[in-house]
Amino acid sequence: MTTMTDPPKASFQLSMLIYDTRYRSYTFQFIALVLLMLLLGYLGANLVNNLAAQGQNISFGFLSSPANYDINQRPIEYDSQSSHLRAAMVGVLNTLIVAVLGCATATVFGVTAGVLRLSPNWLVRKLMAFYVEIFRNIPVLIWILIIFTVMTAVLPSPNQFRGDGADASMFMDAFAFTNRGVYVPAPVWGPGSLVVVLTFLASIIGVFAYRRYATKLLYDTGRLLPMGWPSLVILFVPTILIYFVLGQPISLNYPALKGFNFDGGLHIRGSLIALWFALAIYTGAFIAENVRAGIQAVSKGQTEAAASLGLRPNRIMNLVILPQALRVIIPPLISQYLNLTKNSSLAIAVGYMDVTGTLGGITLNQTGRAIECVLLLMLFYLTISLAISAIMNVYNNSIKLKER
Amino acid sequence: MGRDQLAFVRKHMLPEAPPPATQTGAVKWLRENLFSSPGNALLTIVSAYVVFQIIVSTAPWFINGVWESPSLTACREILEGKMGGCFAVLTERWNQLLFGFKYPSELYWRPGLAFLLLFIAAAPVLFGKVFPRKMLIFTGLYPFIAYWLIWGGSLLVPVFALLGVLVGAFVYSRMVTVNAGIAVIVAFVAALVFWILSGYVTAPMENVMAIEAVASRDMGGFMINLMLGVVCVSLSLPLGILLALGRQSSMPIIKWICVVFIEFIRGVPLITLLFVANVVLAYFLPPGTNFDLILRVIIMITMFSSAYIAEVIRGGLAALPRGQYEAADSLGLDYAQAMQLIILPQALKISIPGIVNVAVGLFKDTTLVSVISMFDIVGMIRGPILASSEWNGVYWELFGFACVLFFITCYGISQYSQWLERQLRTDHR
Repeated sequence: MTTMTDPPKASFQLSMLIYDTRYRSYTFQFIALVLLMLLLGYLGANLVNNLAAQGQNISFGFLSSPANYDINQRPIEYDSQSSHLRAAMVGVLNTLIVAVLGCATATVFGVTAGVLRLSPNWLVRKLMAFYVEIFRNIPVLIWILIIFTVMTAVLPSPNQFRGDGADASMFMDAFAFTNRGVYVPAPVWGPGSLVVVLTFLASIIGVFAYRRYATKLLYDTGRLLPMGWPSLVILFVPTILIYFVLGQPISLNYPALKGFNFDGGLHIRGSLIALWFALAIYTGAFIAENVRAGIQAVSKGQTEAAASLGLRPNRIMNLVILPQALRVIIPPLISQYLNLTKNSSLAIAVGYMDVTGTLGGITLNQTGRAIECVLLLMLFYLTISLAISAIMNVYNNSIKLKER
Repeated sequence: MGRDQLAFVRKHMLPEAPPPATQTGAVKWLRENLFSSPGNALLTIVSAYVVFQIIVSTAPWFINGVWESPSLTACREILEGKMGGCFAVLTERWNQLLFGFKYPSELYWRPGLAFLLLFIAAAPVLFGKVFPRKMLIFTGLYPFIAYWLIWGGSLLVPVFALLGVLVGAFVYSRMVTVNAGIAVIVAFVAALVFWILSGYVTAPMENVMAIEAVASRDMGGFMINLMLGVVCVSLSLPLGILLALGRQSSMPIIKWICVVFIEFIRGVPLITLLFVANVVLAYFLPPGTNFDLILRVIIMITMFSSAYIAEVIRGGLAALPRGQYEAADSLGLDYAQAMQLIILPQALKISIPGIVNVAVGLFKDTTLVSVISMFDIVGMIRGPILASSEWNGVYWELFGFACVLFFITCYGISQYSQWLERQLRTDHR
């Protein structure tokens, strides 16, 4: 006779920390944590020793001392007596300016090239493939330098615009392309211009309201209101009316040659243009590939199904193809925006005063506070990246196909 | 009689008529591809005009190009006011563009030889089916040979470095039966100890079997771009795989270490990491250590690209069906075996296009080192060459040359990856 007994209780042994899968992961994590702590401790100790040896410390007090350098593009008030913090803020704004301009332009280039790569026209298709391959395979730094060279070494100097029969002339008497930058007409906001702007904003809302109403009417009653021309009318007519009723409050200030340089108008520096266009063209080539992939990802059956329902070609595009293609296009598009923003730090190569040029360039060199400056710089870019990733995650979740 | 005349019965087949001229050959192709609609025809004409203008305006620049001339002024004299490129800058500064301006000119053959050997070393990895597997031995030896050729110095340094790797491999092979993870750590520690000890041996024997040493700061030109690209991509692949596996891990601490590392690196631009390499990293090393700038840059770029590669591989791991993991478990494989035999081969195959994208991007990003005053090809062009009195103002030839070099390399790599994807495709379509 045998009696059933409980299996022998496994007493804990030290070797189980390695051999028993229940405990092994704790061993590993413990080892990893200890190694990480050791590494950080080692680096930290070195840092303290090195700083002590050089009589330095970590402090951010330098941010409030005067910067003592000039910045040529100032979106906010700044002079050389302003603090380093103010200089960094100017840099941040300049980064954001070039990033926003670049993203908008890159989208235009990218979508155009991406759609044209699928064109039935052989020549256009090949040209766009050429554009995409050329720009994707050459470093963006070289493109920035090439466009910067065009802006500074090829364009005529303001002096050459002088006199009759000058070497260079202004484009339509409003745009001057010089080696010191591009001068374009600047809007002058007279009294009452706020009303015009507000009217225009209201018209935009009006267009959306009208389209919404038309759609609702279509669904409720089946009556189809025209969409195209009423939208245009709502968009422009009230603004133009108000503009003339108020006596043209917004006027343009044209650049004109005065002395050795152009005066008036809006001065866009060559460095900004080089950075802006190089980033836009380069990123545009990547976006073009995303757009093409997105459109091709919608299977042909969708088009055929929509056609068999009796939809017209542009409605097929708007109602069937685009909503599905956008789902594929938008996530990589946003990560391209992120890349563009990070690549805008190459501004330092052409002397555009973005945050890398001010905080990571001149401030770092003047104060010698390398650790603090680089840390702040990284934090800034990290904040932007994490914010955009967070937005993207929310978006991805909202468009995720609801499957079971 | 009359009926015979009226009734017509064809007795033989007519030969096939050729299709209408508009439905065949070049005309049909033109109609379908270039002039299918009025809009398309307009588009064709406009783009053909643009292409024509570009060709007409740049052709003389190439045709009249001057290839032999000591300086820009001499070149302009030869051109006599005609439009033409001064390609003489390329022939005259060829060596500087490739090797930098300080690398001893009598030693150019060494990096040149290392570059040629690179193809032999890479061949069995890239085209495994064509070349014998035994060539992989050379691939393993190549890093040490290339280091010795480019930097020079005593042969003992690369030999001891190689021995350290062998010691690590030996320890790993003995320990792997216990546990793969611990084996990796122990092997790494063993190799490290060996290297540190061998440092005491090689230091006094600097001149044993030595060839002329070249300091890192004397290197430049396209050589630096290639070196950084090859070294950082090959180092970041294993690191990226480890990071990706760590991020997928069920152990929270390891997972979070990897997540923080990856997200931090991906969130900042490469240029800030290069600033770290240039001015910050020295603070975190023991006082008195003097790291090469190139070595510091290699460390930072490797960290940078390994984070991106980790994300690509994570995508590949996530794309594998859950059943693959379960199948590996049900066969009784442990974690290391399952990864090595089942999961990674499939995940890496899916990740190839992404990895190649990262590699191409990284290679292009090596030009950024010119910002921290290293003289890579862009640094050479902007610095010593354009600043020299002979060639001040010759932009297009130089930038064009850099563009051509990068285009050939990057386009070549991406074409290779597409070929590889077709080779590895196992579904029969």
